[in-house]
This record gives sequence, C-alpha cells and structure tokens, in this order.
Amino acid sequence: MIHASLTQLRTALDSGKTSSVELATLFLDRIERFNGTLNAFITVDRDHALAAARTADARIAAGEAGPLTGIPLAHKDVFCTEGVLTTCGSKMLSNFVSPYDAHVVALLKRAGSVMLGKTNMDEFAMGSSNENSHFGPARNPWNTDRVPGGSSGGSAAAVAARLVPAATGTDTGGSVRQPAALTGVTGIKPTYGLASRYGMIAYASSFDQAGVFGSTASDCALMLSAIVGYDARDSTSLERPGEDYARVLADAGSSAKPLAGLRIGLPEEFFGQGMADDVRTAIEAALDAYRDLGATTVSVSLPNAKLAIPAYYVLAPAEASSNLSRFDGVRYGHRAAEYGDLDDMYRKSRAEGFGAEVKRRILVGTYVLSHGYYDAYYLQAQKLRRLIAEDFRRAFEACDVIAGPTSPTTAWPIGAKADDPVQMYLSDIYTIAVNLAGLPGLSHPCGFGADQLPVGLQLIGDYFEESRLLATAHRYQQATDWHLRRPAIAA
Amino acid sequence: MSLTIEEVLKVAGLARIELAEGDAEATRDKLNGIFGLIEQMQAVDTASVEPMSHPQEVAQRLREDLVTESDRRDDFQAIAPQTEAGLYLVPRVIE
Amino acid sequence: MSRNDWEVVIGLEVHAQLNTAAKIFSGGSTAFGAEPNRQACAVDIALPGVLPVLNRGAVERAIRFGLAIGARVAPKSVFARKNYFYPDLPKGYQISQFELPVVSGGTITIRVGEGENSYEKTVNLTRAHLEEDAGKSLHEDFHGMSGIDLNRAGTPLLEIVSEPEMSSSAEAVAYARALHALVRWIEICDGNMQEGSFRCDANVSVRRPGGPLGTRREIKNLNSFRFLQQAIDYEVQWQIDTLEDGGAIRQATVLFDPDTGETRVMRTKEDAHDYRYFPDPDLLPLEIGPDWIDQVRAGMPELPQAMKARFMSDYGLSAYDAATLTASREVGAYYQATVDTTGIALAKPCANWVMGDLAARINRAEIDIVESPVSATQLAGLIARIADDTISNNMARKVFDALWNGDGESADAIIEGQGLKQVTDSGAIETMIDEVLTSNPKSVEEFRAGKEKAFNALVGQVMKASRGKANPAQVNDMLRRKLNS
Ligand SMILES: [Mg+2]
Ligand SMILES: [Zn+2]
Repeated sequence: MIHASLTQLRTALDSGKTSSVELATLFLDRIERFNGTLNAFITVDRDHALAAARTADARIAAGEAGPLTGIPLAHKDVFCTEGVLTTCGSKMLSNFVSPYDAHVVALLKRAGSVMLGKTNMDEFAMGSSNENSHFGPARNPWNTDRVPGGSSGGSAAAVAARLVPAATGTDTGGSVRQPAALTGVTGIKPTYGLASRYGMIAYASSFDQAGVFGSTASDCALMLSAIVGYDARDSTSLERPGEDYARVLADAGSSAKPLAGLRIGLPEEFFGQGMADDVRTAIEAALDAYRDLGATTVSVSLPNAKLAIPAYYVLAPAEASSNLSRFDGVRYGHRAAEYGDLDDMYRKSRAEGFGAEVKRRILVGTYVLSHGYYDAYYLQAQKLRRLIAEDFRRAFEACDVIAGPTSPTTAWPIGAKADDPVQMYLSDIYTIAVNLAGLPGLSHPCGFGADQLPVGLQLIGDYFEESRLLATAHRYQQATDWHLRRPAIAA
Repeated sequence: MSLTIEEVLKVAGLARIELAEGDAEATRDKLNGIFGLIEQMQAVDTASVEPMSHPQEVAQRLREDLVTESDRRDDFQAIAPQTEAGLYLVPRVIE
Repeated sequence: MSRNDWEVVIGLEVHAQLNTAAKIFSGGSTAFGAEPNRQACAVDIALPGVLPVLNRGAVERAIRFGLAIGARVAPKSVFARKNYFYPDLPKGYQISQFELPVVSGGTITIRVGEGENSYEKTVNLTRAHLEEDAGKSLHEDFHGMSGIDLNRAGTPLLEIVSEPEMSSSAEAVAYARALHALVRWIEICDGNMQEGSFRCDANVSVRRPGGPLGTRREIKNLNSFRFLQQAIDYEVQWQIDTLEDGGAIRQATVLFDPDTGETRVMRTKEDAHDYRYFPDPDLLPLEIGPDWIDQVRAGMPELPQAMKARFMSDYGLSAYDAATLTASREVGAYYQATVDTTGIALAKPCANWVMGDLAARINRAEIDIVESPVSATQLAGLIARIADDTISNNMARKVFDALWNGDGESADAIIEGQGLKQVTDSGAIETMIDEVLTSNPKSVEEFRAGKEKAFNALVGQVMKASRGKANPAQVNDMLRRKLNS
C-alpha cells in the first residue's frame, strides 16, 4: 500500500479495501519509524490527522468523496495551518501556531485530504539543500549522508521515502523541482499566479509559487488540480477557469508513438560545461526515450539564461528583505529575552531569530534597495528579467516544451557547500530562469548517476501549459520505470 | 565592487540585525562573494529594456469596499510575545 | 531688520483619511473608537503569509479628488513599499505610492482674509497619492513600555501635496481650510480633525526676496488650523531670528508643542531614513480607464468653484459673498435651497440672511448649519414675507426668533398667530397719524420750527401706536405729507 499511486489509493478507499484511518495510521507509523533518520518532518500531527481521517471515512461512506478525500499528505512548513505549528524552518517562528489556514491548505482540507504533518525546509525557503533549517537538515532517503535538495527538501524526502504519498512545496527559484530531482520524485510548479499565495509565508513575492510532489506525474496532476484556482485574497492570483489535469492525462489514448508531433526544445545553455557527466548520461538517455515516443528534439537558445542567477540574487533578496521586516518580535514570533531599547529589541530578536543565510539575503536585499544603488542593481536586474522572459518567448516559437537537466549534479554530501553561498546558488542554475519568467516547470526522475543517486529531467512549459507538461511526463512514465524505483528505506 | 565593514554595519543597522563585532568581517567576505556573482549583470547593456517587475503583466484587481473581518484579537494576541489591556507591548517608543 | 525683509515659502502635505467602510488593503473596519486591536484583522497586523488587496472605494475617492481639483488621474499608477521599522507599522513597510501617484497636478483656489481686504489665490498641487495609515503608540506607562494599537493600521489615506506656493501662515491656513472643505464637499473624508482624519504637515523656509530658496524644515502632524497657524508663525520667526543672528538652518523634521507654542527638532537630515522604496510585488499596477473616470464624474456634486461662479453670474452676488456661501457644501446647499424656494429675484436678501442672522445664530449655538432649527424652506418663507411687505425687517427678526425657538411651523403661521401682519391700509394709518398729531402738539410745533428730530419722534409714536405693524415707509410718507400740508 505504501507504494500505491493516489489513483490506486482512491480505488482502495472507495472499494472499502482500506480506510482513511488505516492509511493515515500506516503512514504515521512510517514517519515515526523513519523521521529520526530523515528529519523530513518538523511537526507530526497524529491526533488531528486521525480525526480528519475519520471525517474523511464518513464522507467516503456517504458517497461524497472527491479525488483526494481520505488521502494522507503533508505540507511544507511554509504554509500556515490553523492551530498547528508553522515554523517556516526558522527559530523566528519556532513558537508560531498559525491562527489561520493558507488558501492551498484550506483547499486540500476541503477536498477531504488528511494532513499528517509539516515538512522540513530551508529557513524561509532560502536554500537549495535543506541545511538552512533551524530544525536541522532533512536527509536524502537514497543516501542519508546526502542532502535532499531544497528548499522543499522535507516534502521531497518524505515522498521519496514513502512517509507520505504526496506533499506540497513551494518553488521560488527551483525549490520544488530541484529537491524532486535529487530525491527521485516528480514535482511541478505551475505558472506564477495559478495557485494562491495567501497564507504561504512570503520569501520573494513575485517568484513564490506553490507546487506539489508525488511519485508520478499522474499523482502530481491530482494534487495540482486541487491547489490551483482563483483566490480573491491574493491580488496576483489569476482569474482563470479551473483545470482538471488528471482528466487530461486519462484522455490521452495509447499508441506506440504517443508523443508524435511534440517538439522538445533543448537550450544549448543547459547542455554546456556545468553539467556533471553522470547527469548528462541520464538526460541524454531520457531524451532518446522521448524520441522513441515520437517527440522530436530541436535546439533552442536562451542567451540570457546565464544571467538568471545574478538577477535572481538581486531581486529575490530585495523582496525578501522587505517581506521579512514583519518579523520584529512585536506581534508574534521570537523576541530576544534580553534587550535595551526598542531598536536593540529589534536587532537582537532578528539576529537571534534568523539563521545565517536568511540574514545574508536580508543584507544583500537591503543594500541593493538602498539609496544610490537602486538603479545599478534592482532596476538592472528587472531589465534582465525581461530579457530572460523574452528568451523563453522566442524559444517557444520553435518548440512546445523545453527539456534539460533539473540540477547540474546529483545530491551532494551534507556540508559540502554549506559554507559557500555562491556554490550553493549555482546549483540552481537550470531552475531559476523559469521563476524569473513565471513559467511552469516539472521535474521527473530519469535515471541514476554515480552512487545510485537519482537524476531529474526538467520540462519547462509556456504559460498555462501545465497540462502539456504533465501529459508529456506521464507518457514518459508509462514507457519507463524510473519513477517506480524506491530507496531501500521504502523497499 | 566590494563592501566595506562600515557599509556592512550600516546595512545591518537599516535591516535591524545585530552583528557581533567579530561577525562583521566574515559577513562582509560572504557578501562580497555574492556581489561578485551579482556583478555579472553589469556587463549587459539594458538601456532600451523596460524593467519587468512581475511575471504576469496584468492590471490590479480590486476588492469591494466591504467589511469582511470580525474581531479575532484574542486569537491573535495568544501568540504575541507581550500584551496588556489588548495592546502589544514594546520598549518605550520615544518621539 | 524685520520680517518684511524676508519672504516666507510654505508647502503643505495633508493626510486625509478616506471615509471607506473597510481598510485600504483588507476587509477590516475603519470605524473609529473600538477597543484596542479589535479592528485589526490578520492583514492589518501583518500575520505571516497574508496579502493586500486594494479597496475599490479608496481608489474611487482618489479619482473624485483628482476630478475636483482638475488634476490628471493616472491611467496607470504603482504602489510601492516604504521600508522602515516602527512598532506601529506592522509589516515594517508602508504601502504607498512613490514614482507614479494616482493623482498629479490640479489647483485649489483659496480666499485669504476677511471682507473687503480679502484676496483670492490659486495654489497648485503637486500630487495626491493613496497609502495606508499606521497604528498608534500609546505612551501611558505599561511598566515603562509603550502599548501598540493597530486599529488604525491600514486605514486609507490620501496624501495631498501642494507646491511650496504659500507665503504666510494665513495663506497656509486658508489653503488647509479650502482643502478641508473640499474633501468634505466631495464626501471622501469626514474631516474630523480631533480624530485625526485630516492632518497637516507644513514645509517652511524663508529667503531674501528674489534670493535662492532657503533650507526647509518640516513641521509634522498639525491637527488643528490654529496649531497650523501658530506653528508656522513660530517657525518663521525662529528661522528669521536664526538667520539674522548669523546662524544657518539645517534641514529637519520638527514637532510643534501646543503647550509651549514652540517647535522642536525630531530628526535631522543626517539621520533621515533610507526608505528603500520599490514597487510592491504583491500589488500589480493600478489601472484606471476612461470609463471609470466618466462614471465617477457623473456622480460628482457641483463643485464649490462652479457654484461660486454661478452665484456671482446668476444671482449677482459679490465674489466675497459667493465665496462665503460656498465655504462648505452644507452652507451652499442651504443657500441654494433658500433661493430655490424664494425665486432668483430674492437671491440677494437670501444671501444676507444666510450670512447674517442665520450664521450669527448658528455660531452662537455652536451647531452646524445642517442642524439649524430654521430650515431653508422656513427661512425662504420669512424672506418672501419681507419682500411682499407683509412684515417689516424688524418684525422679521422676531419671526426668525420664533422659528428658531420652534414657536411655529412657518413664517406665515407665526405672523398670523401673533398678529404681526404689517398694516398697509392707509385709512387705518391715517387715523393713527391723526391721533398722534393731536396728542403731541409740542413735537408738531418743534418740527414746524425746523427740528427734523421731532419728525422721527412722531414716526416712532405712530409705529408704537400700531404696535410695530405699520409699514414704516408708508408712515414716513403719509406723516410728511400731512405735516407739510
Ligand atoms: Mg510625506
Ligand atoms: Zn504619507
């Protein structure tokens, strides 16, 4: 049962083969058993989970179940959950019990899903390895000495280790796709504006977007259908008719060349020097598999993609420096035990409450916005943002989806880059441009590199092309079995 | 470019983050590493490019002028560091 | 040297609270006077994860203001974050507008001084932008700490910035009053200064006539016209004294202390904030299309300047009278209703009554014209009876008092009930004249001897005999004819 897809779990629940309470118990027990090793969860909420499972069982019995009713899942701890600790991976919020639910959380609650707990993450979603968590690093289930990626490392690790069938995450600069790749699961971030940011603790508002993890594209489709949709409380939420991504997948018929006609764009810039050999081998093999399925590949260019990281590390810290000003020890969160005057209270509370990387980004952001530097940094970065978005627009004239590696390497040892922010930043080289443009992106497992560590392939779609991304990955997964491989911990 | 200790301290002051004496130098070195990366931006001529502040270039949506929220002070102040008589307490504010 | 050797330059920044039901970026209530923090919702206290959504009502009020002053309403404006730490600012930034404000330009015409010596001046506005208000810090002693009430946080403000074009405290006050009247006229702000709904900051500098602009100091948070006047007067004198003593003015923000009547420095330019403005990524650009502007325009009341011009051209009022009668929308409406009832022919006596007896009574009673016990219809009825000689002016005052005291429903009812109708029957007046002449031979003799004063005494006697009801002009006429015959 722990390996079942969401669709299989649905069938089992509806047929009475299992109950939501049984499922919740099964996964809660796994969490209890393995979380000490993986540190994937910050909070496990057994009592609430079992209560929600009983409600779900009643709903199922009454014939009122939706696709996710009774399904156990977990939320990245960046999402506010009413009555449940919401830490954002930070000491600053280590005592913050949210008085309200994020929109995404409320949607999944309404759908009858059962939240088992809150997953570990890089503090305030700033990081690529989950080492920046106040609660210690989450570990990669394939090799617990390795990072699971970040910032949604806990969600990715939990799904990979089958501590939970599916989970939410957020992706500001690759934080769903990169950990999905490093832990061998499927993850998708939709077009910016499709999922409401209300109740998602802000890191960089014009980039932050909720996403989901599952073991397959089809599971992601079910999850994504549940979390997208217009929300009047988020001014940047888009008013569009909802989409049932899972139906789109089911509709795709079966033929020997199901991807015939699909043009896959391969950006030269994503296949250059930076990519590790083992990753390259797996990616090339996956592209061959795609061609076997009928797709054609075409070379495209994203000439400004190399500027994505510098531009991102101006814009995101700028927004973050302002977004994180509300953590001042006045209304909630950490306040220093000892302080002098008001400013001293601010300075000490924030110095104690934030970790090193968060402080660095606040300082970078404060600097680039400050008087005299705005044009040289912030405005310049915004201009590069447009150039990068234009690159993608042009590329999509020649192709339907873009493919390449999600991460230049497989999971690295915990500690290897922890003291080198620049090296850490460069690990997001293939994911960040997508966030600058606000495009949808997906990562699915496509093989293993050295040391039996998973490699992920990234698919990038044009705006609102989530269906196409999911359908493409789904076809690949129907023809391959990388997504079915499990780490020993979940054997 | 590279930041001086004074600049680091000034920015930390603006951001209200206390830097311990010994931390300033290490922080400066890390920040300078990051700015080394950022400086790559300056090589690009963007004179004719419009800044892009948002991925969706659409107009602001507005809410109707309706009161939708009710009093939740007790819930909100249950998680506050220090309150009294319904007020959040802070070290004395001097004007 | 004296004040006359210096030119004063004043610009005002006014924060007008917009009278929406909900806050500018949340569904929290803006009602004044709730217990602390009971009207501070999740967005207002900036819980992690919450987001702002702009209130249409606040934007519409900004458009009304823009139209009222003949300004440009921006088809696209942008909200920016102004970053600084302060406990009454929950997010650590204020959402405001910086580079692209919703309203720019426009003018306000002010009248400075009283009566004959008053003059008109047109003040140019720089801009008006939307922003959110902060909460309040309460400094009562909570074990040496301050208490923060965030009920006011997120209340919509329109910050209205004038060009530095005022050259005296009188002009500054006239401008502030005109602006205050205007925002109430177009119903975007309740104007309640005690509650902080209308707050003024004054930028003040002095210079030698024709010389370069002096360094300015900004006086913050003046919440009455009297304080505005006092603060500017003090500040101007202080700057002149400082310069004449060979000192220099340093750019600063100062506070006015009403108890001492002095200004004192709050912060200097050196410790001025670095606000790190940048466009708020939570809010997309605000677009205001021509349709919306047309719709708002269609719902606008007649504006004071238009009403004033009409009172002058259609009713023949002087500029001063027309300005006085359009000083507030309520006065204008009252006057208009009075004239609408009497007809245009009586527009002038209507003006005299509204600005004269009515205004005096209202001032004495310390009430607003909308609370006047004498309605416009009642006053019009009274003015009509004066015009058709039913009552004399003197009698009219009695009728007005009776109306004020609620002794009758209308002037006609009071005139009828108290028998105040003027006697114009010449037979009856002649009888009374004859009686007075017979019983006052001495006065008759004196008049005939050339003493004009004696004539007035005789008129008084006749009026007395009629218990004030005889038409005085008619009495005059008839008596003179009789004595001269
Ligand atoms: Mg100002
Ligand atoms: Zn302001």
